[in-house]
Amino acid sequence: MTRPATLLAGLLLLALPLSLLAGQVWIDPFGPPVRNAVPILMELRAPRAVLALLVGGGLGAAGAAMQGYLRNPLADPGLFGVAPMAALGAVLSFYTGYAVQPFALPVFALAGGALAMGLLALIAGRGAGIALFTLAGMMIASLAGALTSLAISLSPNPFALSEIVTWLMGALADRGWRDVALAAPPTLLGLALLARTGRSLDALTLGEAAARSLGVDPVRLQWLLAAGVGCLVGAGVAVAGIIGFVGLIVPHMVRPFTDGRPSALLLPSALAGALLLLLADCLCRLVPLPGGELRLGIALSLAGAPFFLHLLLRLRREVA
Amino acid sequence: MSTLLARNLIVDGRLEGVSLALAPGTVTAIVGPNGAGKSTLLAALAGLVPGAVSLGSDALRALPPRRRAQRIGYLPQSGEVAWNLSVRTLAALGRLPHDAGAADDARAIDAALRQLDLAALAERPVAQLSGGERARALLARVLAGEPDWVLADEPLAALDLSHQQVLLAQLRALAGAGRGVVLVLHDLALAMNHADRVAVLDRGRLVAEGAPAAVLTPALIAQVWGVAARWLGEPGARALALG
Repeated sequence: MTRPATLLAGLLLLALPLSLLAGQVWIDPFGPPVRNAVPILMELRAPRAVLALLVGGGLGAAGAAMQGYLRNPLADPGLFGVAPMAALGAVLSFYTGYAVQPFALPVFALAGGALAMGLLALIAGRGAGIALFTLAGMMIASLAGALTSLAISLSPNPFALSEIVTWLMGALADRGWRDVALAAPPTLLGLALLARTGRSLDALTLGEAAARSLGVDPVRLQWLLAAGVGCLVGAGVAVAGIIGFVGLIVPHMVRPFTDGRPSALLLPSALAGALLLLLADCLCRLVPLPGGELRLGIALSLAGAPFFLHLLLRLRREVA
Repeated sequence: MSTLLARNLIVDGRLEGVSLALAPGTVTAIVGPNGAGKSTLLAALAGLVPGAVSLGSDALRALPPRRRAQRIGYLPQSGEVAWNLSVRTLAALGRLPHDAGAADDARAIDAALRQLDLAALAERPVAQLSGGERARALLARVLAGEPDWVLADEPLAALDLSHQQVLLAQLRALAGAGRGVVLVLHDLALAMNHADRVAVLDRGRLVAEGAPAAVLTPALIAQVWGVAARWLGEPGARALALG
């Protein structure tokens, strides 16, 4: 492991047990025994923490891979349209009322993500260049967004409406081991797929022609990315809703500590994404809000938007 | 080392039936006016554009991409470096097609940096390089891959006179060691003085090919470029006078 990856792994090991102790009920391992401490830890907080690691790690790695692929520091895993399509799937499960069935919501979301991946793969199979591939992804995203709005505006009753809107904000509250079992396989598969893109992403640093001259197969790379990002983002949306900005911010925080190659960024971004989501979810539990806790998706967007602005200003200064 | 052979290359609207045999151990310059198809021909010789190109007994498009990349190094004109890598990390990208092990990689990278006079700049980020330093770093990436063939599109354009000489000497040394070097050049004097062979393209067709002095005659320059010009000076140090 590289130095940033080792450091981040160490921080994660430190943060994980601490995050389990924090919440509406503080659990002090050295203090007086807390009532229901074991069920709180094992049934409420532990699955939530594991989900934060899975979703955050997946979004961090997906963001790093997307930025490497598009050779653009402003790229985000949402660009391929997988997240909006997965969200559309989830929204349709509310719309149709199937969401009350166990597993229906995440399965609908995964199906939506898979549909976006399939469309992307069709486009990749035709040998499209990077710009065309990305534009196609953005069109998928905007179509999914429009259909989601349509489902909201036509929602059959106020309960469905409120369910949809709340769910779209993204959260890890009230998740259990069932959600972990659902998110873990696609997340691990997605990470394994993206780990195979490192060499190609490094070569792409020199542009498409030079990358091909270095032996990169552009169609294979598009397949790997569509499937890898699709699995990670689809799994994330299925269990946590829309969680923005992680895939955008995390590679930026990590990049200065690496040698700049996209492949050197993948593992540290996964670890940093996991750490960021773990800490953010902890803070969400702790902030007292009337009517429940702060939604994770809102918290990250609140923190992420100013960061993005700061990034734009810095980029502008560098160009000037 | 094997011959690089293009047979009747046709690329819609850009190459109209170019056949060319390139021998290892020589420096070949591809020259021609803007839009003549020079870069397209170079990309085809690198196996990046569909077309009948063979390397020895292998059809280039049939070789697995990594095997092809180990044998042919290609430097495009764009000079793009998307991330702010150090010079050494940039040169190391040339090792991507290889699975030779860290020690071999380090040796090849060090050699490439030394050859291009970049050893002192190895840790400098590319964003802090001058245009000429950047052009050398990009060529070091190609040399680090130790390919049999070096195909470079305008590698001298951003270089000052002394670094043009350093680079040309390095490319000559590669050819002297039995490798093939193909350069797209705009400067006819550089082609005249430093290439073993010159291929002249005009509107997608190969109009002349051979030793520079035999090919780059005032008559051909007038025909292809539409410019009246004559050569001054001694062989090996000729200059082109216009008018």
